Amino acid sequence: MNRKYENKMQLEILSKSNNEAFARITVAAFAAQLDPTIEEISDIKTAVSEAVTNSIIHGYENKEGIIKIVAYLFENAIRIEISDQGKGIEDIDIAREPLYTTKPDLERSGMGFTIMDSFMDELKIESVVGMGTKVTMEKRIKVKSEKEEIEDCKETKL
Amino acid sequence: MQIKYLEKDKLLFFSLEEEIDHHTTKELRRKMDYEIERRMPKKVIFNFNSVSFMDSAGIGLLLGRYKIVNMLRRRCSTNKCKQEC
Repeated sequence: MNRKYENKMQLEILSKSNNEAFARITVAAFAAQLDPTIEEISDIKTAVSEAVTNSIIHGYENKEGIIKIVAYLFENAIRIEISDQGKGIEDIDIAREPLYTTKPDLERSGMGFTIMDSFMDELKIESVVGMGTKVTMEKRIKVKSEKEEIEDCKETKL
Repeated sequence: MQIKYLEKDKLLFFSLEEEIDHHTTKELRRKMDYEIERRMPKKVIFNFNSVSFMDSAGIGLLLGRYKIVNMLRRRCSTNKCKQEC
C-alpha cells in the first residue's frame, strides 16, 4: 500500500449534507487526470458519496465535525481515504453486510459499504469507537493503449 | 422534480432530475409524501430519465415511497432508468 504516488490532494469539509456533492465532484475531477471512462468516474463518485454520507449521518450524527478526504493518484489507480473523528463503528463486519443499517427510521437502505465494496477494487475500514472511522478505497483505472485510443476516436467519429 | 397528476386515470408521475443523494432526498421525500397523501393515486410512477447521479440514499427514498404506496394498497413503478444507475 505504501507505493510512491504521482499526485495527491487533500480536502477538509464540514459535515454538512450540502457538501456531499462538492466532495464527490472534487474527487472525480482529480481522478480525471487518469483518463478514466465515464463508468469509472461514476463508480468513484458514488463510492465517495456513500462514505461522506456515512460520516455525516453515522459518524457525527448530524452534529458539526470535520471530514477529511485525501486522494492519491498512481500510474493506473486512485486511492481515496475518507476519515472522520465521529463515534466510530462497533462491529465493522456487521456494518459491511448488505441491507444492515443502524438507522432504519431515516430510510437508509443499508447499502453504503456494499456499494463502496462493489464499485471500488479495494475497501478497508478502520474504526475505533469514540475516536472515529477511516475508509480507504482504491480503484484501478485501466491505462489505454495507443491502439484502444485510436479505436475510441473512430467510434466517437469526431 | 416535476410532478404530474392524471386526474382521469389517477396516475401520479414524479420526474426526478439531476442528482439524488442524502442532501437532496430530504426535500424530495417531503414533496412526494405530500402529493401521495393529497392525491391518493391508483399508481405512482417514478421517471429517472433526467437523473445524472444516484447513491444509496436514492434507493432508500424509493423503498420508503414503495412501502407507503403499498400500505395504501396502491401500486408503484419506475420507468426510463438509465443503464448506469
